Amino acid sequence: MSVAANEAGAVPARPSRLALFWDSSIGKKALMALSGIILSLYVVAHFLGNLQIYAGSAAINRYAEFLHSNPAVIWLARIVLLAAVGIHAIAGIQLYMRRNEARPVAYHTRKNIQGSAPSQTMIWTGVLILFFVVYHVLDLTTGTVNPSFEDLKPAHNVVASFQRPLAAFFYIVAMVGLGFHLWHGVYSMFSSLGLTHPRYTPGVRKGAAALATIVALGMASIPVFVLLGVLG
Amino acid sequence: MTMALDSKIPAGPLEKKWSDHKNHMRLVNPANKRKYKVIVVGTGLAGAACSASLGEMGYNVLSFCYQDSPRRAHSIAAQGGINAAKNYQNDGDSVFRLFYDTIKGGDFRAREANVYRLAEVSVNIIDQCVAQGVPFGREYGGTLANRSFGGAQVSRTFYARGQTGQQLLLGAYQALQRQIAAGTVKQRSRCEMQELVVIDGRARGIVTRDMVTGKIESHIADAVVLATGGYGNTFYLSTNAKGCNATAIWRAHRKGAYFANPCYTQIHPTCIPRSGEYQSKLTLMSESLRNDGRIWVPKKKGDNRPPNEIPEDERDYYLERVYPSFGNLAPRDVSSRQAKYACDDGRGVGPGGLGVYLDFADGIKRLGKKVIAERYGNLFEMYERIVGDDPYAVPMRIYPAVHYTMGGLWVDYNLQSSIPGLFVGGEANFSDHGANRLGASALMQGLADGYFVLPFTISDYLAGVKAGQGEVTAAAFVDAERDVKGRVEKLLGAKGDRSPDSFHRELGGIMWEECGMARSRESLTRALTKIPALRDEYWNRVKVVGVGDDLNQQLELAGRVGDFFELAELLCTDALAREESCGGHFRVEYQTPDGEAQRNDAEYAYVAAWEWKGSGQKPELHKEPLVYENIKLATRSYK
Amino acid sequence: MSHDNHDNGIMKLTLDIWRQKDKQDTGRFVTYQVEANEHMSFLEMLDVLNQSLVVRGEEPVAFDSDCREGICGMCGFLINGEAHGPVRNATVCQLHMRHFSDGDRLRLEPWRAAAFPILKDLVVDRSALDRVIQAGGYISVRTGSAAEANGILVQKDASDRAMTAAACIGCGACVAACPNAAAALFTGAKVTHLGLLPQGQPERLERVLAMAEQGRDEGFGHCTMIGECAAVCPAHVPLEVISRMNKDFIKASFTVREAVAAGGGA
Ligand SMILES: Cc1cc2nc3c(=O)[nH]c(=O)nc-3n(C[C@H](O)[C@H](O)[C@H](O)COP(=O)(O)OP(=O)(O)OC[C@H]3O[C@@H](n4cnc5c(N)ncnc54)[C@H](O)[C@@H]3O)c2cc1C
Ligand code: HEM
Ligand code: HEM
Ligand code: SF4
Ligand code: F3S
Ligand code: FES
Repeated sequence: MSVAANEAGAVPARPSRLALFWDSSIGKKALMALSGIILSLYVVAHFLGNLQIYAGSAAINRYAEFLHSNPAVIWLARIVLLAAVGIHAIAGIQLYMRRNEARPVAYHTRKNIQGSAPSQTMIWTGVLILFFVVYHVLDLTTGTVNPSFEDLKPAHNVVASFQRPLAAFFYIVAMVGLGFHLWHGVYSMFSSLGLTHPRYTPGVRKGAAALATIVALGMASIPVFVLLGVLG
Repeated sequence: MTMALDSKIPAGPLEKKWSDHKNHMRLVNPANKRKYKVIVVGTGLAGAACSASLGEMGYNVLSFCYQDSPRRAHSIAAQGGINAAKNYQNDGDSVFRLFYDTIKGGDFRAREANVYRLAEVSVNIIDQCVAQGVPFGREYGGTLANRSFGGAQVSRTFYARGQTGQQLLLGAYQALQRQIAAGTVKQRSRCEMQELVVIDGRARGIVTRDMVTGKIESHIADAVVLATGGYGNTFYLSTNAKGCNATAIWRAHRKGAYFANPCYTQIHPTCIPRSGEYQSKLTLMSESLRNDGRIWVPKKKGDNRPPNEIPEDERDYYLERVYPSFGNLAPRDVSSRQAKYACDDGRGVGPGGLGVYLDFADGIKRLGKKVIAERYGNLFEMYERIVGDDPYAVPMRIYPAVHYTMGGLWVDYNLQSSIPGLFVGGEANFSDHGANRLGASALMQGLADGYFVLPFTISDYLAGVKAGQGEVTAAAFVDAERDVKGRVEKLLGAKGDRSPDSFHRELGGIMWEECGMARSRESLTRALTKIPALRDEYWNRVKVVGVGDDLNQQLELAGRVGDFFELAELLCTDALAREESCGGHFRVEYQTPDGEAQRNDAEYAYVAAWEWKGSGQKPELHKEPLVYENIKLATRSYK
Repeated sequence: MSHDNHDNGIMKLTLDIWRQKDKQDTGRFVTYQVEANEHMSFLEMLDVLNQSLVVRGEEPVAFDSDCREGICGMCGFLINGEAHGPVRNATVCQLHMRHFSDGDRLRLEPWRAAAFPILKDLVVDRSALDRVIQAGGYISVRTGSAAEANGILVQKDASDRAMTAAACIGCGACVAACPNAAAALFTGAKVTHLGLLPQGQPERLERVLAMAEQGRDEGFGHCTMIGECAAVCPAHVPLEVISRMNKDFIKASFTVREAVAAGGGA
């Protein structure tokens, strides 16, 4: 069959492996997992960086300066992150649309038997994170929406931002969303990549939950303490 | 006028009959194969295996089942296992031994040549299924494991947990799906055969009803295979599935296929008793339970104390008492009958006094709860799920139930019925189990027929006919369609006041009472007056709600019940005519002084093949003598 | 909730049952009263309801069932939002009325998924699952061509795990319960069963690609590891099978070579 096609010189254009992979549910999900790993690693690193605020404003400001000392690295990181968010979000939204096509008529009643709340709200926590990040960059990176932005003075900027209760509240909500997202996402990502084993999977599940809790609480503690006047 | 019954058993020594026969079969030219169309009704072990194999060979196959998927045929429910003479356990098993055990188990009422072939191909079945990926139980070394089953003295039963039938069926189903994808087999699910079409003396097609749209359709072919399972549901309550029916074989019978040994019905001793009027089916509990459970009833009549309060010396472990050497492991027919006697004697337990205890207290004492749980945990769970009692604490209640029908359409050695071009496989034929089937041998027979016998014999038949003759517009198809439509209209038009189900229950009640575990001339004569009367009432009083061109489960049922009535009558007629007791047919008049079945080899060593003579006419009996050249007839004794 | 009723096991129930004439009909819930007994199975309770409807000349409720012992996979619908009802890991035909009480109100709803069109009332068309198997859920072996069975050694552990996956009864409850209407547990079960066995290796990678693609084309959703499927699966198929399928799929996507025309041509 393909021999004949070759002779006729008309090989039908086959979509590339990557295109087919992207087109399949499992492939999309694997790409979400890969981008999810990048994003999760970033969040963890960022979390550790942010914790330095408790070591005093000098520490974190020094840290910011260090990060910004090499524009090539930071831009590379930004491009990777942007690509990861792009792939992750587009895939996530596309899969969500497929879900509606797969069950066009909803149940009158459907009980959740064991599905966790985080697992069922991934798209919403994801969208929340997306909005958050946009706002967050405008707030603390560009300073566009920050009441008193000073370049390379993150400690100051953060406090300035979080002294507005509404902004702080939004941050806290977003961190709860992030916690939810990681709670399920970090566990699910192992399965998406085929990395499960009855001996380790329960541990992965607990580990994901612990990581999500620590990151969310740790991050959210910053606006909380600013509001309480402990930080600032 | 009457066609002589030619079983077409090949000449030659027993162990060479099948290979010699195969060597002399005609072949179809490969280029012509796809021009031949074969209809296979049924997707159980026999049907799916046959369709898949014929498809692979290049024939054009049309496969039917009444369920929504071929994977749901009732073969799926078999738990215990499948026999094969592999002798992997090095315990002296051989093809001959499996052959002999099967003949003896069948109470010397099966054909030597067929049974030998069955034992012979049993080894190929295991090879085939393993290659398909059937996950049989294994030893730590990676080889296949076996267990002993049904009182056999060798370990020759292969199993896949408690789901052997399921796994074997899924293997055949997957092979079938592969052929469907390859385009050699077309599958019609939710499509019920309603009529066989015979043209110029050959089976040429069927008429079906699409169970979703109600459409009546004709299908033409060069050969027709029926692999539609057993007719245990004639008794209403049985271990069969709700949808199991006799319509396909019964319609073929009415078109000229002889029905052999309808009275041989196997009643399984370890089923969960019925709990009330509404009971819709009975669930089998694996026989293996009898290995560690002890069966008893109270010694006193009507003793309704809870079992644990009945002291040891007031219990009757009747199997151990009557059969000291086999005890609780006595064969199915024997144990069933003893349970009936105990209950008839007023010593049965549970609702209606229709049950006996199967007690694990001693087993638990001896082996510990853990070992019992390992061996029977899933069965105990199933029992508890259905009954609500915990078998670790309270003895199980069990009672016999109709389980398997050894009778079926008469077939010759080639599995061809008395209508040329109509082949019958699996439980639907009568071929291999004589008067009683041994455990783990029905799965073997279904797959033997489907994979290793029918594909050869059908090819041989096809080589002798011209492919693709005729049209579905032929008069015979038109007539058959008209008959089917007429029946549908008659049922829908009856406008009576009773549901088909209520009639089916009543018929089942008659069958169980009068033609169940103990039959007598009186009881059968009674049945033969009650059944026709009820059947007449049926056609006047049945009420079928709904319309014909729609998914109508009442209509489906009503058609099946109509056929069960006629089959029930034949079953009782056969039971009355067989004046001996053998295997699954026990006539109270013919028993030894100590109550055992008494065969009459001098007069009844034959296959009773019945010919339909028209509604209201007496069927005609044809006898195929059973000739034993290789073994000596002996009395089965389990004392 | 009278005391009497409780003691003799009789219970009065209110059922809201989905009634839909055919594929085209939009369907609606209709309320029925039925008297049941605690020893009945759930389907026997529906039989009783249907008998009363027949006698009244009303069309009985269509629902699928066959074996009624939990193995054929024919039965299934949601009871108060739970696939196969409130008892875990059991089919609805094995569910007994003793799990309900007098006065309960139960909503019976069919499996809902684009890939499972409703044919009538509680009956749906699950042939999409057959087509997923057709795409590759088998080992290609011609009848009669098999080698001696003990010539293939299979690790006991692999065989046991293959059996656990192979236990799937094809009921479709996993699809019904999955918020994404994914058939991942069903497909993963077959991929895992065959993929764990040495016999299944030659076609392992092509199989997973073809089956997953077919599943998507049938309109099943995707899996996000919510786990409802395994929670309701009557055959105890573990969630792990989905992950195995994913692994094989990813590997296959990047390693399977294009088919080469056999020497000598078609
Ligand atoms: C509970 C139980 C446990 C068992 N355990 C064992 C065991 O451990 N070992 C053993 O060897 N045997 C066992 N048996 C017996 C064995 O399972 C059956 O005898 C055997 O599987 C029958 O296979 P079959 O292919 O003949 O028929 P089935 O599997 O019953 O298939 C019948 C097929 O015919 C189709 N059909 C029927 N009527 C029509 C129609 N009118 N139109 C269209 N299609 C139709 C059905 O859809 C189905 O596909 C058991 C039986 C039962 C009931
Ligand atoms: C820092 C930001 C984010 C991180 C760390 C993150 C992390 C993850 C991880 C690890 C997964 C699991 C992937 C898998 O199971 O294979 C996941 C899933 C998901 N993410 Fe994100 N994510 C982020 C942002 C987003 C955004 C912006 C969106 C969408 C708008 C989004 C939507 C989703 C969805 C819908 C899923 C579920 C997909 C599925 O399981 O199929 N996420 N995320
Ligand atoms: C309370 C929690 C958080 C605080 C206090 C915080 C703080 C900051 C600060 C101070 C910066 C600016 C750093 C600099 O420019 O030097 C920054 C940048 C950033 N943060 Fe956060 N952050 C928080 C949570 C998050 C979360 C949850 C995410 C992602 C989901 C996130 C993503 C980013 C991104 C993408 C940048 C821009 C990096 C760049 O391109 O320069 N942050 N954050
Ligand atoms: S995986 Fe479980 S729920 Fe899904 S079809 Fe199979 S048995 Fe049913
Ligand atoms: S519920 Fe659905 S999301 Fe996956 S784990 Fe089961 S298929
Ligand atoms: S009817 Fe067979 S599984 Fe329920």
